[in-house]
Amino acid sequence: MLIWVLFKMALRSLVTHKLRTFLTALGIIIGVASVISMISIGEGARSQTQDTISKFGTNIITVKPGQKKSRHVTTGKVDTLTLDDAEYIKANIPLITGVAAQVYRSAQLKFENKNTNTTVRGTGASYARLANFEMDLGRYFNIEEIKSAKRICVLGSTALKNLFAGINPLGKTIKVNGKNFLVIGTTVPKGALSWFDPDDQIFIPVTTAQKRVFGIKHVQSIDVQAGKIEDLETIIEDITRVLRQKHNILEGREDDFYVQNSAQFLRSWGDSAKTFTYLLGGIAAISLMVGGIGIMNIMLVSVTERTREIGIRKALGAKKKEILEQFLIESVLISFLGGGIGILLGIGISRFVSDIGGWETIVSTQSIILSFGFSVAIGIFFGFYPANKAANLNPIDALRYE
Amino acid sequence: MIEVERLSKVYEMGEQKVSALAGVDFTIKKGEFVAIMGPSGSGKSTLMNLLGCLDLPSSGTYRLENLNIQDLKPNQLAEVRNRRIGFVFQSFNLLPRASALENTELPLLYGRVPNAKEIALQALDRVGLAHRAKHKPTELSGGERQRVAIARALVNSPAIILADEPTGNLDSTTGREIMKLFHELNQEAVTLILVTHEQEVAQQAKRIIQMRDGKIVTDELNGVESC
Repeated sequence: MLIWVLFKMALRSLVTHKLRTFLTALGIIIGVASVISMISIGEGARSQTQDTISKFGTNIITVKPGQKKSRHVTTGKVDTLTLDDAEYIKANIPLITGVAAQVYRSAQLKFENKNTNTTVRGTGASYARLANFEMDLGRYFNIEEIKSAKRICVLGSTALKNLFAGINPLGKTIKVNGKNFLVIGTTVPKGALSWFDPDDQIFIPVTTAQKRVFGIKHVQSIDVQAGKIEDLETIIEDITRVLRQKHNILEGREDDFYVQNSAQFLRSWGDSAKTFTYLLGGIAAISLMVGGIGIMNIMLVSVTERTREIGIRKALGAKKKEILEQFLIESVLISFLGGGIGILLGIGISRFVSDIGGWETIVSTQSIILSFGFSVAIGIFFGFYPANKAANLNPIDALRYE
Repeated sequence: MIEVERLSKVYEMGEQKVSALAGVDFTIKKGEFVAIMGPSGSGKSTLMNLLGCLDLPSSGTYRLENLNIQDLKPNQLAEVRNRRIGFVFQSFNLLPRASALENTELPLLYGRVPNAKEIALQALDRVGLAHRAKHKPTELSGGERQRVAIARALVNSPAIILADEPTGNLDSTTGREIMKLFHELNQEAVTLILVTHEQEVAQQAKRIIQMRDGKIVTDELNGVESC
């Protein structure tokens, strides 16, 4: 019952000084709003990157050539993987659902009077499926075409735009490093990542790339698709075992290849995005602290201003605890108010950012609960000193205070 | 009811010790109307603070309704002030933002008394201000404010009412009305202790204690009426 009376008293004192209450709460409002909007931006960036990366498939294991060593001398060449290795993996590991060897290099493309420089990727027939490329026009090349090393190509959307600008490319012939290639398909755009644009490339049969364009016998990477994500670790072990066997690597010698998985990359990227979120949240938390100091400042002024009131209350029998509660309720109310408005403002800001800036933002319930709880805690923490000061006033001195 | 023995209060002001109250003895019985007089610095305010349990004595004993006040802890003192003492101040000391009713209610709320509103309204009615219950102190005249303060002092049915220059801020007509109210209350067996330096006001009490330099100079019954 008394607590309700104290609550009403606190509310009345806040309503009497509306502007002051608002300005005091403003620190908390800004703090909470920035915590929520910053975390929403950070979380949004993280999930967007995760989405993009998982488009490339987390169930893909990439085998890359390592440095060949002969008698402990490292030779510079990285030509330890061949198409045979890809076939060998395919034939010997039952848990996998696809293998695609690749060679890639930058090359000059020409169509009529248009030139562009792009990545030419020689791949197997299952590459489009493994790398999550969908066909827009036409089709991808098949195993027969790879066997016969045909001069055909599939264009990524950026390469398509640079060369064809609106013309239907199917059936047209482009020049790759001066050699004629027939366009048989185009892919649906995947969207660029910050460090590279997967659409700025063209695909040709791996055999054609080796023999007719680059003049090499090895492959630069072999993508292996796992049937089930849970089997990833087993498959990585199997690949290592099978390839060591095929390359005749003796026990105790190092592998002449690397086995990587995009899940690892995803994990480390997720970690750094998390750090980013924490950083933003940390900066916002500092502004919450500053808001709390604002509350303490105003509450101290309020205690001084109301010394006489405190004296009266004590003379009428208010105990120390009851004075303490009254002032604590006031500061908690301010931070409550600030927290509430701050949440709405923070949600507004993150909506605004995603609408105007085109960034994805995610307002998590967690960040709302966190910042709201934090602001109320700040109200208690920074309100305690002034409230305690009020509660400890000597009633005689307080009554005489003018 | 009140038994005071060798009560003294020494204030330390830096190196100096100032003896504000130098050992006073007296007893006040239930239903008495006592005026404490004396020039400023005579120790009457200090005595008032001690009697009101706002302060503790340096030495001596103060018994209020068989309670040894000097042995109590701050929270117990707060309870004694709440239940057994009613204060009336020179400057009224009402909460400016609270209505007359809310001001009157306050001791009941701190005392966790049920039906606070009704009791407070009765107290306001007793001082003739039931119709002004919803008004803020700023909307009341000086006399009305002091009546609200008296209602607030009465509301917990205290053992004693301590009034510190209750007419000091009022014009003489209003002052007389307030004194009349005190008289009526005293007739209803409320114990009153009044601090004043006005002879006219003091003359209305049944007993007058004169103080000087922290000591009681005279303590005599006033006029024909005796207790």
